[in-house]
Amino acid sequence: MADDRRRFLTRSAAVAAAALLSGCSGLSEKKWVSDALSEVENLTRRAQRLFAGRQALAPEFTKADIAPVFRANGTLDPASDDYRAHAAKDFRDWRVEVGGLVERPLSLSMEALRAMPSRTQITRHDCVEGWSCIGEWKGTPLRLVLAEARPRNDARYVAFFCADNMAEEGVPAQYYYESLDLVEATHPQTLLAYELNGQALPIEHGAPVRLRAERQLGYKMAKYIQRIEIVADLGSFGGGRGGYWEDQGYSWYAGI
Amino acid sequence: MHAELKSIIRRVLGVVPAGHSFLIDRHSATVRVSHWINAVCLLFLLMSGLQIFNAHPALYWGKSSDFDHPILSLTARNGPQGLVGVTQIGSRQFDTTGILGASDEDGVRMARGFPAWATLPGPQWLAMGRLWHFAFAWLFAINGVLFWIYAFARGHAGRDLMPTGGDIRHLGREILDHLRLKFPKGEAARRYNALQKLAYVAVIFGLGPLVVLTGLTMSPTMDSAFPALLWIFAGRQSARTIHFICAFSFLGFFVVHIVMVMLSGTWNNLRSMITGRYAIEDHDG
Repeated sequence: MADDRRRFLTRSAAVAAAALLSGCSGLSEKKWVSDALSEVENLTRRAQRLFAGRQALAPEFTKADIAPVFRANGTLDPASDDYRAHAAKDFRDWRVEVGGLVERPLSLSMEALRAMPSRTQITRHDCVEGWSCIGEWKGTPLRLVLAEARPRNDARYVAFFCADNMAEEGVPAQYYYESLDLVEATHPQTLLAYELNGQALPIEHGAPVRLRAERQLGYKMAKYIQRIEIVADLGSFGGGRGGYWEDQGYSWYAGI
Repeated sequence: MHAELKSIIRRVLGVVPAGHSFLIDRHSATVRVSHWINAVCLLFLLMSGLQIFNAHPALYWGKSSDFDHPILSLTARNGPQGLVGVTQIGSRQFDTTGILGASDEDGVRMARGFPAWATLPGPQWLAMGRLWHFAFAWLFAINGVLFWIYAFARGHAGRDLMPTGGDIRHLGREILDHLRLKFPKGEAARRYNALQKLAYVAVIFGLGPLVVLTGLTMSPTMDSAFPALLWIFAGRQSARTIHFICAFSFLGFFVVHIVMVMLSGTWNNLRSMITGRYAIEDHDG
């Protein structure tokens, strides 16, 4: 009797363990599994916001901490003729359009952006892959740009549309894009950055202007920004998940 | 000696106790539930953690990544017979083809830190690895906190887990007994022995919180909320390295734990962690 029960339990345990291990990779393919796991993202976001609030600043470092070579990732050199033409002219004619749910749409030249009050910060860039690099960024706090554009009451997110095409040649273009909610977008360290380590932003790092959102992972910090749109929800543009990598399954909330 | 070997084999196979024995209530329901949630969490966390590690299979010390001087890296380079897996620890390199650095995925040799059989999901898929990892990290942390509350509120920590003065004084003999695979019988078997207590205390109150805190230190938002984390662990990349060491310490604990469970009576231990009932031999056989 005890022997039977023992054999039954041992066997059930073995079967369960085998099913678990072989099933895990299969489970990852199931939509309901990734949807259920993605729900955790909301829990993480709420919990982190509870601790960090709106204002807590990302740690800032000293000049001695700056990496000799700041690693670049993602697009390193946008291939489009339009971008090349801008680069050849040192981005003199580059403009950042600000529109969507705003009372005053803007079209900012790089000159206009540089003329606004700036912030310089030595911060740590954390890639979703796991590595970190420290660099000094200078740029216009995004909240100042937003204040000038005057978001309407139904504004909830700020979306960034970029000049780098992520699709391979021969398939329809898929331009990089990203989005932040208003908490992260109006954070004091969130910049439209145009300088890295005292130099004009290099092309591999998003010239002439990229986003810095220092409490988030690297993929949130869109490079080669051409257009900023204030929106009420994330579903109406791109793949509907708020960003290029989000459309490939990465979490929209990237504070961890 | 012959009899000794026989009794070890009997314990591993689970045919113990052989002689007169009585059943006691070994583990409370809370301990049992918490134990199995942990077991599942650790499996998922370890495998999804290795998946995440594979996205950048190198470890560093300090605030940021000094790419030219990793503490550990698992990379691949081209050799005459295809990809060669190279494990580098400090400045020493080892050929670990087939397991670390380069291994087969569906029959094709790939450049990947840990092999597909050790990661969740198997193929390189960082986004999914992160989803699994954070979901089970929440479960692991909540389960851990609830267990802590239980352990202190119900006296489990002080009564059963903390080593007593006597435990520490007899530690030498305890180690010798373990090496000879002699385990307590009779009254002494009612309690955890000194080495068990030390191992459980180290894992529950040391390794557990350490792995959670180093994990949180890797989050840029948590660093803004609690900058002290960076100070405690000497920077984000150090925290990542400590997190990795914690993960393998858990694996080490798991292996020793399973071996001890088997040597001291597979079935008896397994039953006590499922039903709570544990058989004690009431005389020296």
